Amino acid sequence: MTLTDALALLTPAIPDGTVCIHANGHIGRAGCAARDRDECFYMIGSMGLASSIGLGVALAQPRRRVLVLDGDGNLLMNLGALATIAAARPPNLLHVCFDNGAHASTGGQPTVSDRVPLDEVARAAGYRFVGRVETRAALAAEAPAFLAREGPAFLLVRIALGPPGPPAPRIPHAPETMTARVRRALGVPSVSEVPSDSEGAR
Amino acid sequence: MSGSLPADHFVDRLLAAGFDFFVGVPCSLVKTLLVELERRGLYLGETREDAALGMAAGAYLAGRTPVVVMQNSGLGVSLNALGSLHLLYRIPALLLVTWRGYQGEDAPEHLVMGEVLPRLLEVFGVPFRAPPPEALEPAVDWAAACIRETRRPVALVVRPGIFE
Repeated sequence: MTLTDALALLTPAIPDGTVCIHANGHIGRAGCAARDRDECFYMIGSMGLASSIGLGVALAQPRRRVLVLDGDGNLLMNLGALATIAAARPPNLLHVCFDNGAHASTGGQPTVSDRVPLDEVARAAGYRFVGRVETRAALAAEAPAFLAREGPAFLLVRIALGPPGPPAPRIPHAPETMTARVRRALGVPSVSEVPSDSEGAR
Repeated sequence: MSGSLPADHFVDRLLAAGFDFFVGVPCSLVKTLLVELERRGLYLGETREDAALGMAAGAYLAGRTPVVVMQNSGLGVSLNALGSLHLLYRIPALLLVTWRGYQGEDAPEHLVMGEVLPRLLEVFGVPFRAPPPEALEPAVDWAAACIRETRRPVALVVRPGIFE
C-alpha cells in the first residue's frame, strides 16, 4: 500500500465539513490530488507543525471535526505535539500518521520509525484511541470507524515507500488563498481582511 | 521584585483589543502575566515555541486572534514557522517576546540573542515595539491594528522588570 493507495481508501470516507490539515511534502500533494475541499489546508513548509495546527483548530472550534494527515518524518520533528494533544484531550481531533519509514520527498532517507513505533509513542502519551493498520483491507475496515471516534485518536497507517519522485503535482493554491479559503469554510467573517498588496509594517 | 505593570490590567487590554487565544512557552520575565492568564483559564502551554506558533496558526484559521508568549531564545526556534507558515500564508499573531540579555546584562546563554533581537525581528519583517513599562499597554492597540491591516505577525518585546 502506497501513500496514494492509502489516501484513495481514506479520503472518500472523510465526512464533509471535516477540517483536514496536511503535513508538507508528499502528503499534502497526494492529499490534494485525492480529494481537495475548502476545509483542506496544505502546509508547504513548517515541517512538523501539522499536528499543532490541527490542535489549534480543534480547540478554537470544538464542534468542528479536525483530521491531521501527518507523516513519520513530520511527527518525529515535533514529538512534543503528541504530549500536548494528549494532555489537551480534544475530543474532535483525529490524527493519522502515514508511516513509510522515510523522508520520501527529500530522497527517501530513513527515519527511525522502524525501530520506534510511533503508535506506541502516541499510546504512551495518552491518546484516547490508538490503532495501527498495515494493509489495504485493514485500512478499509478501520477508516469509517476511526473517522467517527472520539479524539484524540491516532491511527498509524504503515505504507510502502513509493517510487522516487512526487506522487502528485505541487499544491495548486497560493498559500494565502488557502488561509482565506479555510477561514471562509469555517465560518470566519472576512471583514477584517484587506488586499494582499497592502503594506502595514511601519 | 513586583512588576511595574499589573498583569490583570494587561490581560484586560489584550482581551479588549480582540486577542482571544493564548499559547506559549514560559519565561521568568512574564511570570505574573502567565499566572494571570492561567487564573482565567486562557493559557495553553506548548513544548516548543514553533509548536505554539502552529497552534496559533490553527486558531487563526478557526477565527481566533492569537497571542504567542515566548522568551527571545524561542524566537530562534520559531523562525521556520514564521517564514514558511505565518508570513507565507498571511497568518497573523501577536508575539509577546521577552528580552533576556537586555543591554548585555544577563546569563551568558542569553547574550547573543539579547543583542540581535531587534535586528532579527527586522530581518524577518516582523514589526515590533519594545516599549518601557508605561507604554506597553498602549502598544497592544498598535499591535491589534497592525494585525488587522497586514495579517502578519507583530511583536511586543517585553523588557526585564515589567511583569516579574
